[in-house]
Amino acid sequence: MSTLKTNLDQHIDPSNKIPEISLMQGFWAVLKRDVITAFRQRSDMINPVVFFLMVVTMMPLGISPESKSLSFLAPGLLWVIALLATLLSLDSLFRSDYEDGSLEQVILSPQSLYFMVIAKVLSHWLTTGLPLTFVAPLLGVLLALPAEGYLPLLASLLLGTVTLSLVGAIGAALTVSLRKGGLLLSLIIMPLYVPVLIFGASCVRMAVEGFPIGGLLAILGAFCAVAIVLAPLAIAGALRMSVEA
Amino acid sequence: MNWQWFHRLGSPRWFYEKTSRWSPWVGTLALITMAVGVMWGLGFAPEDSKQGNSYRIIFIHVPAAFLALAGYYVMAIAGAVGLIWRMKLSFMVMKCAAPIGAVLTFISLVTGAVWGKPTWGTWWVWDARITSMLILFFLYLGVIALQGAYQSRDLSNKSSAILSLVGMINIPIIYKSVDWWFTLHQPATLKFTGPSSIDPSMAYPLLIMIFGFYCLYAWLLMMWTRLEILEQEQKTNWVKELLLTGSIKNSA
Repeated sequence: MSTLKTNLDQHIDPSNKIPEISLMQGFWAVLKRDVITAFRQRSDMINPVVFFLMVVTMMPLGISPESKSLSFLAPGLLWVIALLATLLSLDSLFRSDYEDGSLEQVILSPQSLYFMVIAKVLSHWLTTGLPLTFVAPLLGVLLALPAEGYLPLLASLLLGTVTLSLVGAIGAALTVSLRKGGLLLSLIIMPLYVPVLIFGASCVRMAVEGFPIGGLLAILGAFCAVAIVLAPLAIAGALRMSVEA
Repeated sequence: MNWQWFHRLGSPRWFYEKTSRWSPWVGTLALITMAVGVMWGLGFAPEDSKQGNSYRIIFIHVPAAFLALAGYYVMAIAGAVGLIWRMKLSFMVMKCAAPIGAVLTFISLVTGAVWGKPTWGTWWVWDARITSMLILFFLYLGVIALQGAYQSRDLSNKSSAILSLVGMINIPIIYKSVDWWFTLHQPATLKFTGPSSIDPSMAYPLLIMIFGFYCLYAWLLMMWTRLEILEQEQKTNWVKELLLTGSIKNSA
């Protein structure tokens, strides 16, 4: 009897149990994994930046190489192209996780999907939005952006791309179960990007024209804060729906 | 509290039977009010001192724009009810509200362009309200495109409900941003609080037209939803009975 008991004890030995994972540990685990897989599959990370560079190169060819007209258009162009580059990167946000089943595991895990989604979107931003932000001033040189515009461009993109990633992830989650979701994703998300584009591009333009931009950055920050709170709800709901089907 | 009435609302059959009685009344009301409004507005309301007769397009333009915006909220709220209480009927309403709203948005854009030609001298101006309406039109198109993309009806319903809810939260933000961005449009003429800058002789036909458009919208939505019910419930006995004999014996 006593041997049986010890055997049983061995089987339910507390050290054999699946370790309890706290919310923060889960968050960091998802974030770390996604960033590492992004680095291992670099094309998803580099392609948006290359796209950004290429479209910016098209602009002088299509409009005019004169620095006067380019510098007038630069704030808006840089923002529009950064927005399009983000849109292109969105389709792969949940795609591979959906296909190999790891998305289902994240949904089944005891941690709140809300925070896991934030980790996933944060890793998307770290690997696409952030590189785009840091490449933008370089492309500003190509488009003859006046000197006063660089810091505002950096600041507005830094705040704006977080919102773009969060809002875009809603579309990515809605279309993840569709085989050809790419174009549809752009169609449903682009109208929602309008406010960010307006304030982001105006921020750079106002700075170039010598106006204070604190208020505009504050509004971009407010968009970002609202998106962080509300967008994960919609993303989590859409992911549950896509995986259940 | 007794919730039976609420759950009965979700039954397509109940809706179908009730609306067979209501829809002729709503349709007639819409026709009469719109006929009165159009005749009054186009024939009897005085000419505008600056814009001449071209202002008369507001009798179509303003009600269409009102309903275009309200229609998005109808669609989003129907979607939310469907998501929360899993009501089949409310998803049907949401599905039917999308094309109606898109057409109304399109009408308000086209009538706006027709009015802009004699007034501003151009068909299209990048003005705040026109741009917001165009973006609203895109939002509708997005919802319609998403609905059409799915094979499964359940997925299509849920995903377009989520998208229209996201859009609903975004619409005020989009409106405010576009408003801030630029404005050429004359400030709102019809105000419910404070004195409005429109003369009563023009305001009454306009209000009648707005009421008429609301009735028309309700009627259209009812008729489309009835059609959708027949299509989605075609395998049920009551629809078979209705289509074969023209009436249902045991009413719900």
